[in-house]
Amino acid sequence: MKSRHKKLALIGGALAVVGIIAALVLNALNSNIALYISPTDVAAGKAPQGKVFRIGGLVKEGSLQRQADGVTIAFIVTDTDQDITVNYKGILPDLFKEGKGVVAQGKMVDNGTFSANEVLAKHDENYMPPEAAKAVGDAHERAAEKKAAAAASGAQPKASY
Amino acid sequence: MKDRFNLYRFASPATFYPLAGTLIPYFAAISVIFGLAGLYLGMLVAPTDFQQGEGYRIIFIHVPASWMSMFIYLVMAFWAAIGLAFNTRLSGMMAQALAPTGALMAFLSLWTGALWGKPMWGAWWVWDARLTSELILLFLYIGYMALTAAIDDARRADKAGGLLLLVGVVNVPIIYFSVKWWNTLHQGSSVNLTKSSMAETMLWGMLLMAMCFWMYSIAVALMRVRTIMLERERNTDWVKAELGGQVAGGKK
Repeated sequence: MKSRHKKLALIGGALAVVGIIAALVLNALNSNIALYISPTDVAAGKAPQGKVFRIGGLVKEGSLQRQADGVTIAFIVTDTDQDITVNYKGILPDLFKEGKGVVAQGKMVDNGTFSANEVLAKHDENYMPPEAAKAVGDAHERAAEKKAAAAASGAQPKASY
Repeated sequence: MKDRFNLYRFASPATFYPLAGTLIPYFAAISVIFGLAGLYLGMLVAPTDFQQGEGYRIIFIHVPASWMSMFIYLVMAFWAAIGLAFNTRLSGMMAQALAPTGALMAFLSLWTGALWGKPMWGAWWVWDARLTSELILLFLYIGYMALTAAIDDARRADKAGGLLLLVGVVNVPIIYFSVKWWNTLHQGSSVNLTKSSMAETMLWGMLLMAMCFWMYSIAVALMRVRTIMLERERNTDWVKAELGGQVAGGKK
């Protein structure tokens, strides 16, 4: 084995060791790296008590309520399994929309709701013109209608959605 | 020339210097062409986005800059490994020549990301895994440049810098997969080798801009490596011949 091949093997070995160390450290820090936790995590008691943290999920359709002053807002964050009501006073980002992603920072209060001091919108990775988005939406609706029709005609409805 | 073409011939600075000089204008010209085509497609042809409106168009700078910031680091780490294993002179010079461009790309990625984040997410910055690991990449570039600049002996500087580059390379997959591995505010990737979730003209605009950034990076790195070669090899015959009588007056 030539010395330069030995060196190359040494570099490869060192890289592998560094990679394994990084993987172990990241794995240990896993819960600290996550930016937010889901309503299911909160329900499971994983939320820090009395401390500021972030929750993330989708804004439940039809849950957005605005007080007359226009800045006192309540909405429900859902991961389709568990829901959490979020209260927030402030201006929402432009992309905040029902059915879309959201990350809220704040604390749990005693009545089981989440009092947020910051609300951020999380958009998805799809980029398309509005017409295409509408076509996709329509197709989804048609599929849902088809499913409903199938369910109505005696087929077994699915338990989950 | 009758002898067979030998790529290793260009591992010598004396032969690589003129080759780089010949290639620079071509890479620069190709970069401009890709850039014009990409900007035309991205700014004028590509449709408005269904949720972000016109604001999404910063993607045509943001994504190519981010890709290049990661790719340039990988190339630098490659040169570092070659330099450490085979003790070649040119490898360290190539790594040093690429570093400022890589740092520029990482900075551009963070800066355009902040400008994009404020209107869309509602925040200039969040400490999520994607943003934080990209910031670490910028620090790695700056740290590499500082380290190599702090050591007077060029070959020793290359060795120390190369070691830093190789250790830091673990960060690149972390950046890339961060949106998959952890909950982040940054959305998942829109494009990979097999699929894309972007409209076709948007995607082509972005790919053309990425080619533009790539060619630009090669052109400026070659320019920089030429000056590094002249500086490091200033006492050799080929540099003296290259510069004619010009060095004689500059010597202290």
